[in-house]
Amino acid sequence: MSVTAGIDVGSTYTKAMIVSDDGRCLGRAMSKTGFKLADAASRVYNAALDDARVGADEVSYVIATGFGRLQVPFADAHVTDLTAAARGTRQLFPATRTILDVGGQTMKATRIDERAKVRSFRLNDKCAAGTGAFLEKTARYLGYVTEEIGPLAAMSKSPAAISGVCAVFAESEVINHLSQGTSPSDIMQGAIQSLVERSVQLMRRVQLEPEYTLVGGILRFESMGRTLVDRLGAHVNLPEGDLPQFVSALGAAWLGRQRSRTTAVDDGSGSRIPAAF
Amino acid sequence: MAYAAGVDVGSTQTKAVVLDEGGRVAGRALIDTGANVVVAAERAFEAAQADARVDEREVGYVVGTGYGRYRVTFGNAQVTEISCHARGAVHLYPATRTVVDMGGQDTKAIRVGPAGEILDFCMNDKCAAGTGRFLGAVAAALDIPIGELGVVALASERPVKISTTCTVFAESEVLAWIGRGKKVEDILLGIHRSMVSRAVGLMRRVGIEPQVTFTGGVTRNVGIVRELNAALGVTVNVSDQAHFIGAIGAALFARDRILGSRMDRVASPAHASSVTDRFEEKAP
Repeated sequence: MSVTAGIDVGSTYTKAMIVSDDGRCLGRAMSKTGFKLADAASRVYNAALDDARVGADEVSYVIATGFGRLQVPFADAHVTDLTAAARGTRQLFPATRTILDVGGQTMKATRIDERAKVRSFRLNDKCAAGTGAFLEKTARYLGYVTEEIGPLAAMSKSPAAISGVCAVFAESEVINHLSQGTSPSDIMQGAIQSLVERSVQLMRRVQLEPEYTLVGGILRFESMGRTLVDRLGAHVNLPEGDLPQFVSALGAAWLGRQRSRTTAVDDGSGSRIPAAF
Repeated sequence: MAYAAGVDVGSTQTKAVVLDEGGRVAGRALIDTGANVVVAAERAFEAAQADARVDEREVGYVVGTGYGRYRVTFGNAQVTEISCHARGAVHLYPATRTVVDMGGQDTKAIRVGPAGEILDFCMNDKCAAGTGRFLGAVAAALDIPIGELGVVALASERPVKISTTCTVFAESEVLAWIGRGKKVEDILLGIHRSMVSRAVGLMRRVGIEPQVTFTGGVTRNVGIVRELNAALGVTVNVSDQAHFIGAIGAALFARDRILGSRMDRVASPAHASSVTDRFEEKAP
């Protein structure tokens, strides 16, 4: 049996997934990234191996992705998060043409073709507005923790208007709304709507095409998917359970599976990392 | 004697100044704005009157400025903070041609003419990068009082290069540098340089002409002052009233009003109307 692993070292969380030869997920793990990226990568990798009940020596190929992908010393290769997310998304929703990936510190819109090749992409990488950090900050100003964001927003009846231009200035907006008697749930859902508004602008810039798939840690907040569907007025594929956070790790593991097969059949070059990477 | 007052309701702090007829600062006060802007304006004004030992009835005219100027319920008129900072800076340093104002939530660059008129201005109002809030976030992340940041930064010999723009990401970057064993002073000098480079970028957009006068709450940070001097290659004017310059400008406009209405009585309507043009007079 040939087993491969994908490790996604994200800005906020590190995710690992172990995939079997026939493409089944054998095990996975996730933990906060922190500041020691290499430690986070090996910790999460070992936890995923334990979850899969697989020894490290049984893994034929490890591919790292995410912003910390170059800090994974035991990886055989690394791919960009866009490539990994595209591959993982195709595995789950083969008809996807536009991916929106919203994580703790990033927002990415990617348009892909039927072979999951990246055709166009845009990132929001200089500003926390439009990322999970924006919602976390808003929640903190309201006196709530990250885990409470989803349930809080779900109770909203008439979402407040939040401009969403700056995660820091959102604090003043939150204070103004609270002093006017707006409920925390309406403020929270207002923040989600402003984030969705920014997402749709980013998707427009890659000339969005259906089917749409939303991935990334932002899906921990359940109203996010619904709000995006309402805003786009179209169906959006949403991976289930905690899978949204593992899409890039899944994609990386699948790319590893392809690679390990290629190298098994076609060897002699001596290189484990094909030029395609 | 009729006193003039200016109340500058900033996003973070509210400043009030009472001027005597000669235009000298008779009293001043500084308080945190907090959530209730109306109350902050009242309290700052009362404290400035107490500091000047004058009674409210002796204050002939009050001008409000700053982002909360329309909430100065007792004010007679409002003037934008751009006009007030320019007016106050030129009053203190008549050779001023460029004003850089770094406040709690915005940074502005203003180019002024020889008579203190505004030729151009540019501001950073959609993003906290380069504002006092940026320093506040870093101070919180490092658990250092904000008033000590500049002093600590000045001890650095090998500043790190801060790569992020966003205040939220800068907090993470600061902690990442700590994780990599960098000294606090080296990280802080990097932070100060990144702020100054944003301010200088804004100033370039209006054109930098000496003398440069630095105003706003961030003037209290000695690290920013030193780095701004180094980046511009000139020594910027920093008054011990620098934090109050917006309020002083507002009070000077109020004083114009008091003097102008007297001139009215001596039949000089032309002057009065030229003053009126600048004002956003309160609706009756």
